[in-house]
Amino acid sequence: MENGFFDFFVNRDWSVWWSGALTTFLQITFMVVVLLVGIAFLLLFDRKVWAAVQMRKGPNVVGPFGLLQSFADLMKFVLKEIVIPAGADKIVFILAPFITVVLALIGWAVVPVGPGLVVSDINVGILYLFAVSSLGVYGIIMGGWASNSKYPFLGSLRSAAQMVSYEVSLGFIIISVLLLVGSMNLSDIVNSQDRGLGILNWHFIPLFPLFVMFFISALAETNRPPFDLPEAESELVAGYQVEYSSTPYLLFMLGEYVNIVLMCAMTTILFLGGWHSPIDLPILNAPALGIVWFVLKVVFIFFMFAMVKAIVPRYRYDQLMRIGWKLFLPTSIAYLVAVAGLLIAFPGLADWFHSWRAA
Amino acid sequence: MTFAGIAFWAFAISTVTFGLMVILARNPVHSVLCLITTFISVAGLFVLMGAEYLAFLLIIVYVGAVAVLFLFVVMMLDVDFAELKSGFADYLPYGVIVGVVLLVNIGLVVAAWQLPTEDQRTQPYLTGAEMTANPEGPNNAEALGMVLYTDYIHYFQIAGMVLLVAMIGAIILTFRERKGIKKQNAGDQVARKREDAVEVVSVQTGKGI
Repeated sequence: MENGFFDFFVNRDWSVWWSGALTTFLQITFMVVVLLVGIAFLLLFDRKVWAAVQMRKGPNVVGPFGLLQSFADLMKFVLKEIVIPAGADKIVFILAPFITVVLALIGWAVVPVGPGLVVSDINVGILYLFAVSSLGVYGIIMGGWASNSKYPFLGSLRSAAQMVSYEVSLGFIIISVLLLVGSMNLSDIVNSQDRGLGILNWHFIPLFPLFVMFFISALAETNRPPFDLPEAESELVAGYQVEYSSTPYLLFMLGEYVNIVLMCAMTTILFLGGWHSPIDLPILNAPALGIVWFVLKVVFIFFMFAMVKAIVPRYRYDQLMRIGWKLFLPTSIAYLVAVAGLLIAFPGLADWFHSWRAA
Repeated sequence: MTFAGIAFWAFAISTVTFGLMVILARNPVHSVLCLITTFISVAGLFVLMGAEYLAFLLIIVYVGAVAVLFLFVVMMLDVDFAELKSGFADYLPYGVIVGVVLLVNIGLVVAAWQLPTEDQRTQPYLTGAEMTANPEGPNNAEALGMVLYTDYIHYFQIAGMVLLVAMIGAIILTFRERKGIKKQNAGDQVARKREDAVEVVSVQTGKGI
């Protein structure tokens, strides 16, 4: 990287193995700390948006404008007693929240937050993200089973079926984007959306139906309202989290929010041009500004997530399954076939879409 | 020892340990969880060999989908372990036969291996990029796609057909049509207009409709 400002975060010296490992460790720690502090404020933002829609003020007591609310909540969660049910499978019960939060965090290893600003720029980045997000179901299913109680178990079964169903259409949507890009590297996917016209070159324009479907599938994949059926309190008390208290519960909630922000980042990378500015001016596209654009886009998608939570009522389970299998799956396959067919029928179009490789 | 070497030993040890745990664990759910950990460790070994595409496909397909359904079924089974263990001796001969056949198979493969020579042993561990036949050439996924959709297209299609047949078979076996139940028809609901459903009447006082 030529921009000296970010040198520490991207360079690693592997000539001596321990120095490479140590630098990697420091970079990862930095990323996780920034991410978690960001999540703390996004959580507050989520609650504030929700409150604003319902004409309330939301958290406003701890700190100015309630800015420190999430940290107060953290202290409260940590200081409570951890209750493990007598009939629970202790190891799996404790392991489940850890798995949720660790799987949510390791997904960030391949997310490029700026030009070259990524912990690990691997060739199959999008496959890695997809794999990690498909593993997320284990935390929930293990937690539900280990609680040895009816409602958590029902909640985890629902959740497993829901997440596996929506992964299928998510996969087809991702493949359509990959056809346009011709690479599975996340930095390549972002770079392919930079053709000098700014916002007009982003993938959400040619793939608009997929963009909408990806957003809705992301809601279902992260168990967000209106698809929060695994924890539907009117039917299942609190679903898979019923028996959890204190720090384990905090970890479940944290993992859920990290996953949501990861999905927002994925949407940004696949459809909204990653770190590129909407107007293609050299001053707006300065490397140091990349991270600002990326964060702005992620926060915008997160705002949409929060609005959906505030204004859409919860779906019934059979309706959820109907949307996933009967609407999204056929539509995403049809769009995939159409994209592939167009790229084959018009080689000029394919050349234009793949022209970023030459640059 | 390089970092890749340390990673190899970590993944290799966890593969073998959790592989053993699959058959040693008393609780079937623990067995499945150990199986999943084994899959993930093997995926780690694939990454070290430079087969990253295969590694993540293994995780997505086996761990993310197949093993979830596996876990699903095992969790819902109400297995009586005492009953399960009572028939153990009856099945022992078959188990031994299968075991011996497998052992012979593995033996045939292992016998073809050669112990590394002194030169090979003193060489440093190769990283994934070094192990790839041609680092400048097409990457994993491209290379795989190029042979899968040309040389092996028929096998690929046949595998797809077999899976399709299996899927249709499974659906037909479990599908039962129930008559006389109310079903939601989303098309009808969307097609419904205000005129079909609402009628405005002006009722005269004392007369009713």
